[in-house]
Amino acid sequence: MTIHELPEAIGHFGPYGGRFVPEALIGALEELEQAHNRALIDPVFQAELSHLHATYTGRPSIITEAQRFAEHAGGARIFLKREDLNHTGSHKINNVLGQALLTKRMGKKRIIAETGAGQHGVASATAAALFGLECVVYMGEEDTKRQSLNVARMKILGAEVVPVTAGSRTLKDAVNEAMRDWVTNVDTTHYLLGTVAGPHPFPTMVRDFQKIIGEESRRQMLELLGRLPDAVLACIGGGSNAIGIFHAFIPDTQVRLIGFEAGGDGVETGRHAATITGGSPGVLHGTRSYVLQDSNGQTVESHSISAGLDYPGVGPEHAYLNDIGRAEYRAITDSQAMRAFDLFSKAEGIIPAIESAHALAGAMIVGKELGPEAILLINLSGRGDKDVETAARYFGIPL
Amino acid sequence: MSTPLDLVFEKTRAENRAALIAYIPAGFPSLEGCKKVIRALSDAGVDALEIGFPYSDPVMDGPTIQEAADISLREGTGAAEVFQTVKFAHEIGLPTVVMTYWNPIERYGVQAFALEMARNGGSGVVTPDLTIEESRGWKSAAENAGINTIYVLAPSTTAKRLGVVTSQCSGFVYAASLMGVTGTRTTISSGAKELVTRIRTTTTTPIAVGLGVSTRDQAKDVAGFADGVIVGSAFIKILLDAPDEITGLSRVSELAKELALGVRQGR
Repeated sequence: MTIHELPEAIGHFGPYGGRFVPEALIGALEELEQAHNRALIDPVFQAELSHLHATYTGRPSIITEAQRFAEHAGGARIFLKREDLNHTGSHKINNVLGQALLTKRMGKKRIIAETGAGQHGVASATAAALFGLECVVYMGEEDTKRQSLNVARMKILGAEVVPVTAGSRTLKDAVNEAMRDWVTNVDTTHYLLGTVAGPHPFPTMVRDFQKIIGEESRRQMLELLGRLPDAVLACIGGGSNAIGIFHAFIPDTQVRLIGFEAGGDGVETGRHAATITGGSPGVLHGTRSYVLQDSNGQTVESHSISAGLDYPGVGPEHAYLNDIGRAEYRAITDSQAMRAFDLFSKAEGIIPAIESAHALAGAMIVGKELGPEAILLINLSGRGDKDVETAARYFGIPL
Repeated sequence: MSTPLDLVFEKTRAENRAALIAYIPAGFPSLEGCKKVIRALSDAGVDALEIGFPYSDPVMDGPTIQEAADISLREGTGAAEVFQTVKFAHEIGLPTVVMTYWNPIERYGVQAFALEMARNGGSGVVTPDLTIEESRGWKSAAENAGINTIYVLAPSTTAKRLGVVTSQCSGFVYAASLMGVTGTRTTISSGAKELVTRIRTTTTTPIAVGLGVSTRDQAKDVAGFADGVIVGSAFIKILLDAPDEITGLSRVSELAKELALGVRQGR
């Protein structure tokens, strides 16, 4: 067989995406891809998922106009897509319910998941309880400390939480450990990956389960204002909430799509998680995308006050949207995010997740750039209950 | 053109035995220490060497190799040190391949990595997370440089896929004995023999079995049906547990001699 007869690469977004995994996982990825493709066109599956959205998650999530916060954003009109009001407190449940249904269809009884902030872990533990599946969540030891409330939530829901002590003890290492578990137990286990990264079909499948955010909010904005927003904003770690709200707007080329990465102490300090802004193309966790890496291709540890954005990779579709200029990506520092967290909580009576506060900080900048005529749609991807301890420590509030 | 690795399998086939292939990460336990280990392995009768490129996110590796990789990375091991180690092994006459996750190759430059391997006397590269669907560029770079491309097959690989992958393998086909990560196991799964038998129907390229082999008896078992036996974690565990360098080297040498006897007893 010559090189020209090699099978075609699959699951690509331009040069990004693909499948870089041990051969042992190929069978499971192919099975998952087929299950997902069948589910996409299966009215029974779609009806089951819609029913769960309506009666369990609380979809469609509402749109709230943030009038007082708008004063901090150059007077632009600001609309929030309230994914924080979903059951379990973030957008993560959208993907988890979809994949849990697929798990059931594939006849598997055990799910494993990685989690950073704990939101995806909580959502996975929730779905496991609902569907009667065994659930193991891998979480960096560092993250189990800063998100101890979510660890307790997962345990109450019946999941086993495994603290990962390898490497930087954060999300990246939790993914490594989950992949090792999967390679070993792939016959019985589905890896319920929480973001639009990883090997094909994950970036496409997770996007398909999250794109409901953008589909709903596009319709809601048209109903509310009779027009589309000027810009759609979201925070971005792996990128699932961002692709979720961006996707329906990609053909609307007049709508700017802006993702806000975790700038940590500042991209110039090297202590950040701004993968597109400060990284370079490479392969991590089974996909080619932007990666924080050194000259030898070793992954560099990321830093962010937000556990959910503290990841040195990013979904391949974002890398592609960046390169073709359809979406822009900027970095927001820890201090910018925490200032927005504080202002927003006091102005709107909504405590945002620190992840989402990066998008709010972005709105404060973009609102001033675009002026008071502008209409911004922001994905408020999660609520901040889990971050109360971190925020209290940050602002010096005694606990 | 044959690589030194190809010649090893010609020799062991002529001797009607399996080849013993040892794995050690470059830069472990240190850059110089690694060379001492390689010399000890060579003197003890190891037929070929697999040098690991230590990587920050080794998802195919168990705790033993992870720890060794961490130590090596802290020592500052990068591509330059890997090639230096390849050159050393080549110069003492040990046919050598590099085993590396894909990103370090992509970062170095696919063409450049293949050429640098060849320039330092390396025979080929084992790429455990490079699927054949993504390997077009690598395959042509490796062919151009005249080095072997070694892909890993798993017990779960379907019949249809086996032939597609083995048609792209040269040097040897790497058969993973079980579904799981690297590390010593008390028993070698029956899946190993079955996988080798399945692979045989698709290729005449030599087949080496890795994952879990650590004793003479296991080496003997595997040598009964495979062309090569790969041992890694067992050597690394010895070095991690040894109280000092000299003890570590002598224990590595002892085990390698045992294994070398094992691969000669299988048939």
